[in-house]
Amino acid sequence: MERTRQLVTSKTFLIHFILILGSVAMVLPFLWMILTSLKTYTESIHVPPVIIPKDLQWGNYKEVFGLLPFFKFMFNTFIITVARTAGQLFLCSLAAYAFARIEFPGRNILFMLALSVLMVPGQVFLLPQYMIMVKLGWLNTLQAVIVPGIFSAFGTFLLRQFFMGLPKELEEAARLDGCNHFQIYWRIMLPLAKPGLIALGIFTTLWSWNELMWPMIVNSSPESMTLSVGLSSLQGQYLTNYPILMAGSFLAILPMLILFIILQKQFIEGIAVTGGK
Amino acid sequence: MKQIPLQAEVKATKKLTVSSLTKTRKRSDYFWAYLMIAPTMLGLFIFYLWPIIQTFYFSFTEWGAFGQYEWTGLDNYKRMLEDTNLLQSFKNTGIYIIFTVPIGIFLSILVAVLLNQKIKGKSVYRTLYFLPVITMPAAIAMVWKWLFNADYGLLNYLLSLIGIKGPHWVSDPKIALYSIIVVAIWSGIGYNMVIFLSGLQGIPKMYYEAAEIDGAGSIKVFFKITLPLLSPVIFFVSIMSLIGAFQVFDLIFMMIGKSSTALESTQSIVYLFYQHAFVLNDKGYAAAIAVLLLIVILIITAIQMVLQKKWVHYD
Repeated sequence: MERTRQLVTSKTFLIHFILILGSVAMVLPFLWMILTSLKTYTESIHVPPVIIPKDLQWGNYKEVFGLLPFFKFMFNTFIITVARTAGQLFLCSLAAYAFARIEFPGRNILFMLALSVLMVPGQVFLLPQYMIMVKLGWLNTLQAVIVPGIFSAFGTFLLRQFFMGLPKELEEAARLDGCNHFQIYWRIMLPLAKPGLIALGIFTTLWSWNELMWPMIVNSSPESMTLSVGLSSLQGQYLTNYPILMAGSFLAILPMLILFIILQKQFIEGIAVTGGK
Repeated sequence: MKQIPLQAEVKATKKLTVSSLTKTRKRSDYFWAYLMIAPTMLGLFIFYLWPIIQTFYFSFTEWGAFGQYEWTGLDNYKRMLEDTNLLQSFKNTGIYIIFTVPIGIFLSILVAVLLNQKIKGKSVYRTLYFLPVITMPAAIAMVWKWLFNADYGLLNYLLSLIGIKGPHWVSDPKIALYSIIVVAIWSGIGYNMVIFLSGLQGIPKMYYEAAEIDGAGSIKVFFKITLPLLSPVIFFVSIMSLIGAFQVFDLIFMMIGKSSTALESTQSIVYLFYQHAFVLNDKGYAAAIAVLLLIVILIITAIQMVLQKKWVHYD
């Protein structure tokens, strides 16, 4: 008995040891980002490194806003993220409801067509999408990033799974009461598919906030630039001033960090849902 | 005198109303269905489905300076055969995949299994491992570049404490790709860990109880029970990781400078695609690269689908 208990405690100790080692590796870069962002330039290149800055240089953050229209970038990224997420949640759930709950001619063919998009790497769409934006005169506008991003085969597929799992009786009762399909979708099905909507919402939010290539291709003017692209241009201009670069990086990730801390459970469950089903 | 309808007649009228009812109901069903799928299907067609066909077409064209293009048949594909840059980018992407996918999956299974034990502080660990997942790749690249800095970086300082002179992590052509691989694995563990964790929680407890009665040790339990029952999830994650790894771009673009000596030995297929499409205005060739990437991904996914029969257990 005594031996088993010892074995259990040493096993628990080993588990914690490995997990803590990993956690340090996960957190250290973030910690170093924050610490560096509060150092003077001289402190940042001191050998051996200064761990805690002597005076916290909050001015670095102010400087980021002076060097670039950082507020504008943040605002642009915010608008794009909200518009894409709201657009996808509405359009994907509409289509997903129809695919899951209504029988109509051509349903399977159309659904397969939508699914085929999932098999194709994103680069295959980029050139033609870019040319559509040129033709519409949408380069350097927010809608160039928003519009292609509100249609999603993945979102439709994901939400369809949720709608398919709901019992048939619900809508039969509503039909007898004279509800049409939009009313059933809006009043009955949508509230029941909430876990799916949250999962898709989180997935789309993260993707929109963090995306680099497409916004960089279509929006190169500061007026319509997003944070990711802004960071890469900051890097180009201030190649070696790491306190400034770290302050900019931290500002760029801060909104998602706050959102994650508030909605931790939803984030992690949402990702599990988008990946596991 | 009121006529009493015959039973048969009653049945007939009933049938008629019912069938006309289902008819109007069906018609309204179709109307709503098409209306509801219309926006998404239209959007997918314009921005995704038609572009696939267009990209195939563009891969047979050559582009001029002002956006005009002409049909050049298989020229782009012939050019690929002699393009050493393309060959190199395939090699780089291959090395990147060979390291990030298996190591990433191994480490995330390890963390998931450890987090699935009866220990304290699970949710804290889970949150910390998940941090990189929510972080913008551009910012991740920036901070790691700083950690990797040869002269003032934290990493080389720590190495110097144990008497090692650290290399130029991101500018040495021999090492840069492996530095990127480290960052990629670091940032991907949390995502896969969460998926594995929910897979582990889906394994019925009775299997473990049975194993305990048989007196099987935890290593044996892991290989005989956990791993086989987790294999569908491992299969799914490996397909998704592989497809994702084939498209690596952000980290390389951000960490390796445009004029870096390490660019040649790190540029990926998608990096080369980006260069040709949007920097060199060589859009026909870029389209051919995109088509090649599509074909390679489809072939490798198909191979995985065939191989899975040998190692994935469904019950």
